Amino acid sequence: MRIRNPNTRRKDSGSAATAAMLALIIVVMVVTTVYIFVSRPVWSVPPPPITSVGVDIDHQYDLTLYVTGTVFILSQLGLAYAIFRFRDRGQKAHFTRGNNTMEVLWTTATIILFLGLGILGHKAWAAVRFTEASPEAIKVEVTTNQFVYNFRYPGADGKFGRLDPKQISASTGNALGIDANDPAGKDDIVVPTLTVPVNREVELLIRSQDVIHNFFVRELRLQQDAVPGLEVPLHFTANTIGDYEIVCTQLCGLGHYRMRSVLHVVSDSDYLKFLKEQAPVQ
Amino acid sequence: MSSHAHAHPVVHAPTGFISKYIFSVDHKVIGIQYFLLALTSVVIGIILSLLMRFHLVWPGAHLPFVNGGIMTPEQYAALVTMHGTIMVFFVLTTAPQGGFGNYFLPIQIGAADMAFPRLNMLSFWVTFLAFVCIVAAFFVPGGAPISGWTGYTPLSGLGDVTGPGEGWGQTMWILSISLFCLASLLGALNFIATTIDLRAPGMSLFRMPLTCWGWFVTAILGLLAFGVLLAGGILLLLDRSAGTSFFIPAGVVVSDQVQNHSGGSPLLWQHLFWFFGHPEVYIAILPGMGVASHVLSTFSRKPVFGYRAMAYAICGIGFLGFMVWGHHMFLSGMSPYSGFAFSVMTMAIGVPSAIKTFNWLGTLWGGKIQFKSPMLFAIGFVSLFVSGGLSGLFLAQPAVDNLLHATYYVVAHFHLVMGVAAIFGIFAATYFWFPKMFGRMMNEPLGKLHFWFTFVGAYCIFMPMHFLGIAGGIRRYADSTGVQYLPPLQPLHYFMTIAAFITGAAQLLFIINFFWSLKRGPRASINPWNATTLEWITASPPPHDNFGGNYPSVYRGPYEYSVPGASEDFTPQNVPPAEVARAK
Repeated sequence: MRIRNPNTRRKDSGSAATAAMLALIIVVMVVTTVYIFVSRPVWSVPPPPITSVGVDIDHQYDLTLYVTGTVFILSQLGLAYAIFRFRDRGQKAHFTRGNNTMEVLWTTATIILFLGLGILGHKAWAAVRFTEASPEAIKVEVTTNQFVYNFRYPGADGKFGRLDPKQISASTGNALGIDANDPAGKDDIVVPTLTVPVNREVELLIRSQDVIHNFFVRELRLQQDAVPGLEVPLHFTANTIGDYEIVCTQLCGLGHYRMRSVLHVVSDSDYLKFLKEQAPVQ
Repeated sequence: MSSHAHAHPVVHAPTGFISKYIFSVDHKVIGIQYFLLALTSVVIGIILSLLMRFHLVWPGAHLPFVNGGIMTPEQYAALVTMHGTIMVFFVLTTAPQGGFGNYFLPIQIGAADMAFPRLNMLSFWVTFLAFVCIVAAFFVPGGAPISGWTGYTPLSGLGDVTGPGEGWGQTMWILSISLFCLASLLGALNFIATTIDLRAPGMSLFRMPLTCWGWFVTAILGLLAFGVLLAGGILLLLDRSAGTSFFIPAGVVVSDQVQNHSGGSPLLWQHLFWFFGHPEVYIAILPGMGVASHVLSTFSRKPVFGYRAMAYAICGIGFLGFMVWGHHMFLSGMSPYSGFAFSVMTMAIGVPSAIKTFNWLGTLWGGKIQFKSPMLFAIGFVSLFVSGGLSGLFLAQPAVDNLLHATYYVVAHFHLVMGVAAIFGIFAATYFWFPKMFGRMMNEPLGKLHFWFTFVGAYCIFMPMHFLGIAGGIRRYADSTGVQYLPPLQPLHYFMTIAAFITGAAQLLFIINFFWSLKRGPRASINPWNATTLEWITASPPPHDNFGGNYPSVYRGPYEYSVPGASEDFTPQNVPPAEVARAK
């Protein structure tokens, strides 16, 4: 029979208060986090996707959220429970060095869960990145430099003019350095915003003149670095007419935060109108 | 090893001030030097982060110490760069490994010092030189670099044509990082040799405390990773100053000027950087995991649940840590097929991480939990590690990365899992080992108060940050005025900034507690926590040669708490079995 002295009791109640408070903080943190994920206030979600691949990506995101959300809730609440339940009340600790069955069990479970998730997620990635754009896709070249985007359409001949870095001169209007001696470049259209027709496949050829930039449109669920020395293809088919912001996500210098452009997704007729208006006077 | 192993002569401590406290070869003094360097760095790092948080909410405010009054975008980018660099290198790498590892690895394995004490001293002083270089970057012409702690080329490779701070500031940054790598390489060699060669009789690898496993595997990671960044740093320096083109391709044009480079690859820098950079994450967190296990077991009065599984998981994380660097580069222009491979490897690293979490819960389960300050921080570590780790499963998938890459979601993820969790590991270690290091106890109520503010504060800063990222908030933006969809997300920034200032201020509680206890704390006994490992069988603080010539032999594993039949609820590693039986 143990005799408790007043000091021990005081220590115990102290441990109960600390345990209760810590467990409570963890529970409140879990409940708040879950509440925000479930109620989806506007500042916690991206705008809806405008491509079918974007829908797939969101689906994979949701699946990941369910898996990680379950693990998050169970392990945090388990932690809170253990803290409170097994606080020092003068009891003896239960001696154990572990349990191999449980080790095997949770190792196997996480292997299946995590690797399964990774392999499933591969589908939405492959849909954009393992495939090439169809030959009919509209080609637009995206060129970045500090801190602007330029979009080049090949014009009526369907061919981009040759580029010559030495001829780059932003002040005289040849920001891309289109070679004056190449006839294919004569009808190239260079504009600061990206206009594409709705429901038509577009292939972007993304490049950079100076440092690494990025092309990101939330609604496309697409992001790609623009790397000097590389021309990275990226294709998408936008299904909703509207204006969407293009932003740079790769630290590119002091103007990084204001490097933006706009993606205009327009009707077929508006697209033709755009091409006509922009065509250089021959 | 012969049976005479115990009969070491007593090594007398140096008596001169300089040889005792400045150019000391004693691993304990060097450990404290590293710790104080990290403490200085973390104060600088926190101030930089608070300046950033302030600017994100009040971009037009006049600041008395800023040249011109209002912070410019390049000054913001410089803060981003310097905060990241100082925190990752000089805090998260320096404190857990250089600080606590240096101090406690030799003691916990029963050794008199590190294997190469002079090399140890050299490591610290080269690290210090690296620190001087990084701080100097603020004061050179053009100011601090603006290319982030990742220093991506060509932004970092072309000199000041690409932006202010990219001249002298970037050069100082590269020098600092290269020196740091050199110092860490020397340190890693020392840790590995010490662990392998200097263990006391009976101290088999699987009798080492999990802290030692953490430091050992971290040292192996350091040995393999820092050399690669060192090479990268030298190549980058050559690109900048000797006209080479390792990282810069042909045809790069800045301000209409064709740069005189050709043949290099910007992605090569990213590969070299992240081949170091990802293991670096584990360099920061593995010692913290060791400390968490160590402290959880001590204050649950239970053995670590699944000790071997924990040791294997540390090795597993270390091994896999070298195969996942490409997950930082899914959208960099790297082959999408390698993106898939890196993705699967990254998901796999969740497995040993989950094993660790479950075993921590198993350690608490059925325990007799005592809520001392170190225990609170260790429990906080587990909670934060879970929260921060799980978001990694989103970022590990390249498809989902299309939405989340380079947003505040990433910032939230790595701050929770390698920033705050690792800091909690450092705090747990400080509260736990302070009595041993300085011979005095820290103040418990202040320690608890510090914990409540920091734990709640960390969640208030970094949980909302996930939502900001999912909604499309881009990291490293100087303010929200450049992109139209950002201003509606500002309320999140306000909340986080206020939380950051409160949490930052609460760190004064720690600083006060630390220095007050150093002078006024109650004297610590040899073993104030009734713990089992070898640091608790010697004086507080330990003598120059750690055990006063009386070197221990080891008879059992490190976490023998509440063993049925033993008279006490802890059985130290060095007590012969006969004495345990006698006590019974």
